[in-house]
Amino acid sequence: MITSFLAKALGRNIVIAVAILLVLAALVPALNLLTTSDHPLHVPTYIVSLFGKYLTYALLALALDLVWGFCGILSLGHAAFFALGGYAMGMYLMRQIGARGSYGNPLLPDFMVFLNWKELPWFWYGFDMFWFAALMAVVVPGLLAFVFGWFAFRSRVNGVYLSIITQAMTFALLLAFFRNDMGFGGNNGLTDFKDILGFNIQANGTRSALFAASAIALALSLIITSGIVRSKYGKILVGVRDAESRTRFLGYRVEHMKLFAFVVSAMMAGIAGALYVPQVGIINPGEFDPANSIEVVIWAAVGGRGTLIGPIVGAILVNGGKSIFTAAFPEFWLFALGGLFVLVTLFLPKGIVGTARQFVERRKEYRKAREAEDARTFAAAAEPQAAE
Amino acid sequence: MPTRLIHRFLQCLLIAFCVVVTVLATDLRAADDLRTMVNALGGGSFQENQKQVEALAKTGDPKIVPALEALSEGDLYQRKSDGMVFIVKPAGSNFKLVDALTGDAAGEEAKAALEKVKVNNGLRRVIRAALGGLTLMSPDAGVRLQAAQTILRTPSADSLEGLDAALAGETDSAVKAVLEKARAASVLVSDRPVEEKKAAIATVVQTGGRDSLSLLSGALSSADESLRPDIETGIQQIEDQLALWAAGQNIWYGLSLGSVLLLAAIGLAITFGVMGIINMAHGEMVMLGAYTTFVVQEIIRNSYPDAFAWSLAIALPLAFLVTGAVGLVMERGIIRFLYGRPLETLLATWGVSLILQQAVRSIFGPTNQEVGNPSWMSGAFELGGLTVTWNRLWIIVFSLAVFAFLLFLLKKTPMGLQMRAVTQNRRMASSMGIRTPWVDALTFALGSGIAGIAGVALSQIDNVSPNLGQGYIIDSFMVVVFGGVGNLWGTLVGAFTLGILNKFLEPYAGAVLGKILVLVLIILFIQKRPRGLFALKGRAVEA
Amino acid sequence: MNTLVGNTKPNSILYLDGVSVSFDGFKALNSLSFVIEPGELRAIIGPNGAGKTTMMDIITGKTRPDSGEVFFKGSIDLTQKDEAEIAQLGIGRKFQKPTVFESHTVWDNLELALNRKRGVFSTLFYRLTAEDRARIEEILSTVRLTNRKDDFAANLSHGQKQWLEIGMLLAQEPELLLVDEPVAGMTDAETAETAVLLKEIAKTRSVVVVEHDMGFIRDLGVKVTCLAEGSVLAEGSIDFVSADQKVIENYLGR
Repeated sequence: MITSFLAKALGRNIVIAVAILLVLAALVPALNLLTTSDHPLHVPTYIVSLFGKYLTYALLALALDLVWGFCGILSLGHAAFFALGGYAMGMYLMRQIGARGSYGNPLLPDFMVFLNWKELPWFWYGFDMFWFAALMAVVVPGLLAFVFGWFAFRSRVNGVYLSIITQAMTFALLLAFFRNDMGFGGNNGLTDFKDILGFNIQANGTRSALFAASAIALALSLIITSGIVRSKYGKILVGVRDAESRTRFLGYRVEHMKLFAFVVSAMMAGIAGALYVPQVGIINPGEFDPANSIEVVIWAAVGGRGTLIGPIVGAILVNGGKSIFTAAFPEFWLFALGGLFVLVTLFLPKGIVGTARQFVERRKEYRKAREAEDARTFAAAAEPQAAE
Repeated sequence: MPTRLIHRFLQCLLIAFCVVVTVLATDLRAADDLRTMVNALGGGSFQENQKQVEALAKTGDPKIVPALEALSEGDLYQRKSDGMVFIVKPAGSNFKLVDALTGDAAGEEAKAALEKVKVNNGLRRVIRAALGGLTLMSPDAGVRLQAAQTILRTPSADSLEGLDAALAGETDSAVKAVLEKARAASVLVSDRPVEEKKAAIATVVQTGGRDSLSLLSGALSSADESLRPDIETGIQQIEDQLALWAAGQNIWYGLSLGSVLLLAAIGLAITFGVMGIINMAHGEMVMLGAYTTFVVQEIIRNSYPDAFAWSLAIALPLAFLVTGAVGLVMERGIIRFLYGRPLETLLATWGVSLILQQAVRSIFGPTNQEVGNPSWMSGAFELGGLTVTWNRLWIIVFSLAVFAFLLFLLKKTPMGLQMRAVTQNRRMASSMGIRTPWVDALTFALGSGIAGIAGVALSQIDNVSPNLGQGYIIDSFMVVVFGGVGNLWGTLVGAFTLGILNKFLEPYAGAVLGKILVLVLIILFIQKRPRGLFALKGRAVEA
Repeated sequence: MNTLVGNTKPNSILYLDGVSVSFDGFKALNSLSFVIEPGELRAIIGPNGAGKTTMMDIITGKTRPDSGEVFFKGSIDLTQKDEAEIAQLGIGRKFQKPTVFESHTVWDNLELALNRKRGVFSTLFYRLTAEDRARIEEILSTVRLTNRKDDFAANLSHGQKQWLEIGMLLAQEPELLLVDEPVAGMTDAETAETAVLLKEIAKTRSVVVVEHDMGFIRDLGVKVTCLAEGSVLAEGSIDFVSADQKVIENYLGR
């Protein structure tokens, strides 16, 4: 069962992409750690972290593409799942600070001491254990997606309505996490992390390991999503996207189909968030901003929705562009991003990868047609009475 | 010095005399006496001066008001050379003198030639009471009313006599009512007999309000046993009354918020509700409207400051034109290529919103711009226990006017007919000779223009910054979706329902949690009724 | 209870009695009653707005009736079930506008329609068995699409899409098939072939065909029910129905 799932998952493009990711996971840390800074192939640590961050963005875009590109659910709330995963990891990292915080309280994080709290809130229990935090980074977003999706899909909230209420969901969470009473550090969020699994979070080795972890997580997610979309279930998802009522009248429970994809996607987003936080060193309510969710959509759109490689390419390109732009011409970044939204939807609806694929297919068809024609003229020349 | 003592003794006699004669005798008193009394303030001890002020108050002559006010402010000085007392204003190293009674200019003196009439808080309190009593006699009803209200706020047993006297002669019913309340309040803090106090409690309870409540609570601690039950029930009554007014105030705030939501959402009700276009740049249209107001006011301030009261009237059509034009360009340039693909429209218009925000930020800067309220929009008035600000009131009126205008436009004009025809059956409309592309463009421009108008109104109550629109976009969508897409009345009901709901949740849950609760409720509501409150039911046309 | 459908409920495959539904005051169905026998091929005609599509919506669970009974196989109350459940019970529906999965191949369309377990995990780990492969190939030849099995459905002609959709319904193995205007937009040759196909299909199951094309209905040569304004106007052979004065006034006469 699993083997056939995997066999289907590993198409040629996916194998190449996974191989590239695994090579990067090994090579980049090696070049960072094993070479000196004057070596021509040396990869500086800030680049490692920067690209590690891009990889988590790529994972988030892939997660969104699973529901948007393949199932037609345009979620404008994926930043919420990402941020929840991030908060779960952030809570672990806060607990790891222990008595090294400014107030030196061994149990309570600094912001709680500052707010005069005497006890650790119940929902902070267990986050001193890495495995628990890692589990929660997947479970909490998955649970939210399950509850939200269960209500929404069951009552057939569709299309833009769904987009709008997912946006409202992340907006509500944004407001909630801004509150100090929530117990997640309010406005400032969680930061000043010291170490992860006992390793200094600032150290080059940790940074490289986090990069490698992000690359591997992305590779695994790629295999899983590929398996999903190539299975019969994946074909049903596309069927839901293109002709929802036909799927329904064939006897499929569309709400279950959507719910599964939505929950898997939210869990992947949660993992992305959990990997993101230790690499950037902070998580705050700003991550819930609805604008962030929409930005994820444009990454997927630029790369090509409905393809698996597309969102990864898109996320890395757009964020690379953002890093360069905001450093060189900060005034113009929003113009560029806004323009990107308009231009991609108008002129590149399939995205880079989708358009490239279309181009390759056309060439192939053209070549096939020409070969067929050549064969026919040849055959006709050889045997005039032979038809087809 | 002995002569002055004698003089002062005589004055005391005079004061005693004044107590005996009534206020009616005021007119007979010679101005000279007043001047003597005022002059006597110079050099007296605090206690002496308190008596002196009380004596002055008893004259009931409004002419002494400026002198007493100056004394309380510390602007009353005595000239060392002749003992005359003046009100002074600093003029370089000298003082400008003003006659304490007539208010005429009386030359200048070196600072050293004058001695300040000293004042302390005890004296100030006496002055305040005295002024209250004095102004109670003023021929101007407005001044009397104010005086009575001052006493009502700071009642004291000392004011009672003045109040009684004033009540006897008062003819203006409004002033009389306040006087009675002030008297009741004063009785309560005096040592009058219990019966009289009970009556006073009844009057205070009738007055109601937070001041009465604190007055009664204050009295409760020092009152004797027989009065306690009366006071306690009185407090209870006032509290109930206050709760009722608070609910009323909440409704008012809710209506106010609802009108803001309505303004923000009503343009969207056209573009999203009628045309089905998801315009994420809608908030930015509102923002552009607000900035148009800002520009108009800047020009007026710099060139025609007299026309400031007209600034909003000028900004309204301009904002409509500016945002309508932006909308037209958007529809022709982008949206028309995306009809039938709502999710793509959402993304493209989001891109436009980013561009518009950054454009405004680049031109006007990222900070808040100051947009002023014309005089007719500022201030507030009391309505029973409600405080009503003029700008909020005007915005409610304005939002309803815009709504009525739009309803009229859609239902009663040829343009509205064409719009509805195109949305209901595009092909049929176009074969009837309606130029559907232009109707699309104009409808979108109309929706955008309305958003711009909303921006003019919102500039009066919100910060005008490039992020202005962002704050409204989610709320607006919620209103339209909640009310039911394609139904203007739904938008109206949706906006006010959400506004009032929000304001009622706020006291219990706090502003942020209240907003979250409303969002969650809407999300649940959409699950229940995916097409909103006033959705049209119809045969499933989609296959 | 309507005498027309008196005691037929236990033996029927589809049983509608007194079904009414209205949208914003417009009565789309007005006490509609009729019965389909097992193995029957029935044609339903009626002018626009007679309630044909609404009737299908009600049978397939897309719309809930305001009042009335709808029973499948005599005992299953369809008004309590949703589309997916009703489809799984064995009622297939073809839409007026051909609705197939355009971005899938013809083969995948049929694979999805195949009557197999339809849960999330059973589809996630589904493997195409030899049996399923044979069944799909059989259907492909029935609907004459064998040589186009690897093409995307989007690239089929209009008539081929109609047939693919019928093929998908066959793969679904329904006991009752509802077909909404199957020959709209088809050429005459295609129309005739479709009539043959439907008659073939009706040998193994019940079929209800909603159609405007009188020639096509004559080709089918079956019992006809004429609807008007949400209720049954006349029922019988095509000659009987088309001679009925009310039907002429309401439909044919216009």
